[in-house]
Amino acid sequence: MITAGIDIGSKTIKIVALKDAKEIVGRVMILAGTDVKESINKAWAELEKTAGVKPGDLAAIVATGAGKGDAVNAQRTVTEVSADAKGANFLNPEVRTVIDVGAEEGRAIRIDTAGKVVDFAINEKCAAGAGAFTEAMARALEVGVEELGPLSLKSTQEVAMNAQCAVFAESELVTLVHAQTPKPDMARAVHNAISDRIVSMVRRVGMEEKVMLIGGVANNVGFLDSLQKDLNTTVIVPEDSESVSALGAAVLAAEEA
Amino acid sequence: MLANYGYKDGSGEFFITIDTDRCNGCGDCVPVCPAGAFEVLEEDPNDPLREEPVAVIGEAQRKKLKYACAQCKPASSRPPLPCVEACKAGAIAHSW
Amino acid sequence: MAEEFWRWTESRWHDPDIDWKKGQIVSAGVDVGSVSSQAVVMVDGRLYCYSNTRTGSNSPDSAVKAMGMALEGTDLTIDDLPYTVGTGYGRVNVPFGQRAITEIACHGRGANFMYGPSIRTVLDMGGQDCKAIHVDEKGKVTNFLMNDKCAAGTGRGMEVFADLLGVSINDVGELSLKVEEEPEPVSSTCVVFAKSEASGLLRAGWPKEKVLAAYSSAMAHRVAGLLERIGVEPDFGITGGIAKNVGVVTRLEKEIGIKSLQSKYDSQIAGAMGAALFAEALIKKGAKK
Repeated sequence: MITAGIDIGSKTIKIVALKDAKEIVGRVMILAGTDVKESINKAWAELEKTAGVKPGDLAAIVATGAGKGDAVNAQRTVTEVSADAKGANFLNPEVRTVIDVGAEEGRAIRIDTAGKVVDFAINEKCAAGAGAFTEAMARALEVGVEELGPLSLKSTQEVAMNAQCAVFAESELVTLVHAQTPKPDMARAVHNAISDRIVSMVRRVGMEEKVMLIGGVANNVGFLDSLQKDLNTTVIVPEDSESVSALGAAVLAAEEA
Repeated sequence: MLANYGYKDGSGEFFITIDTDRCNGCGDCVPVCPAGAFEVLEEDPNDPLREEPVAVIGEAQRKKLKYACAQCKPASSRPPLPCVEACKAGAIAHSW
Repeated sequence: MAEEFWRWTESRWHDPDIDWKKGQIVSAGVDVGSVSSQAVVMVDGRLYCYSNTRTGSNSPDSAVKAMGMALEGTDLTIDDLPYTVGTGYGRVNVPFGQRAITEIACHGRGANFMYGPSIRTVLDMGGQDCKAIHVDEKGKVTNFLMNDKCAAGTGRGMEVFADLLGVSINDVGELSLKVEEEPEPVSSTCVVFAKSEASGLLRAGWPKEKVLAAYSSAMAHRVAGLLERIGVEPDFGITGGIAKNVGVVTRLEKEIGIKSLQSKYDSQIAGAMGAALFAEALIKKGAKK
């Protein structure tokens, strides 16, 4: 029996196909772009091409993510929080705290041994609390967003960032650039700032080991470094961290099928 | 004077209101806040004619109150807030 | 940015009928904001001259530039000023200032001068902040709320849109009113997300005025929410750059159900005006340079 989870995020669409609730047999990620419905079709086509799996082959499809309402083939939808919880638990049943930092939302979730949600806190609708912040700062520093992490690890001193808004922080960075502040130091300040905000959400649910980080921003080594220092612990980052939510949805689909 | 410190952004409204007519600048709120959000100033910056000291929300936390107060406001269950409890004059109120 | 759509027109003015040398008290105020700076000089409580300039990368220089521009065309120099109060973000760095007073207190006092003693609720929208202030008949603040954390509901928020649409900031207000039917407001409060939303609307074929209408509507709604937190008591007056944006003002007045008073003074000088009035009060109490 194959089930699938589709996560329609604000930036990317992810699909994970799961066989017998155990084995991942397909995984796709594409940009959501300007026409989400079209991109959803493209994502399914890509899954068929790479894994030979068609929507018709699936016993059940569950949708999650900001755009879950657009998933016409899904039988039901689940919240991102429950999908995150299940996905993290599937990958590592020892995880008790899940941190998901996506393009537009940051979440801290405490889960139990079965991957059920115990408590959660969300940072939503404010660019400063999610990946949109690092994207805007990368633009201000004129580096690619994927370069920001490695750049920050070269930092030699701490620089303060006072602005709590992505728009104001951009202006603040421009001022620092004019003052000849080294880019690695500014990059590190950016990661410390967003980590600060995420950790505050984690404190609201209480941190319990083990801690897992998922979502697009998990790929940012600079952010991971700041986060681990702030939490004073090692944080697990799975491979394909962005598709964990879709994986969780696939697991939930299997539970019901 | 009702001094509303904080902000509203996409994720909500986060204000701590200090009623300066009730505040006498005693400073009991300062040590109980784990985020160090409160300060007592000899001169009220927003009321140049006031003669008593007054409590304010300091610059360090004013623009990140949601995060500063997070540790006293867990996601579920809501214990009494240390700052509100500490203020005998009842001058402190939270909007969330 | 090839053309600077966010750049608004700087200005200055002085009253040719006042001879400051014949006045009893000359007092000065300068408001150094993160986006704009204003300087005001008053003679015996009457407005003598003012300027409205763009803040540069250096606060102290911006203060000097603003005052220099205000005094242009007069025979008064910075050294002649007996007492200057600084306000705004850069208030502690005014090289020729004697005292710093916060923008809350100064806007309250300034609005009382600009709109008269009947004013009770002041909305000030500056470059990087938004304030709602209650004042008594003397211009003393009784309740205030200031948001300077989030760009939504600030001049910067509108500048981002002016730049996105390639429309000069001086024209965005009028253009936003050129719609036949008021569109739904943009759903995001956050300027970053609203900008993405607006880009989508433009791609879907929305004309500029419709996008501006949607954004101005969202901005007015957000600001109305902030005002309602402290309550809107008449008379109501708007200060700061946003008062010049007829698109936001009209929508805001409709939402709160009260019209703003009109003033003959430039809405952006309220802070500097209040500062100059505080300077006058301090001089009367014996303060000297």
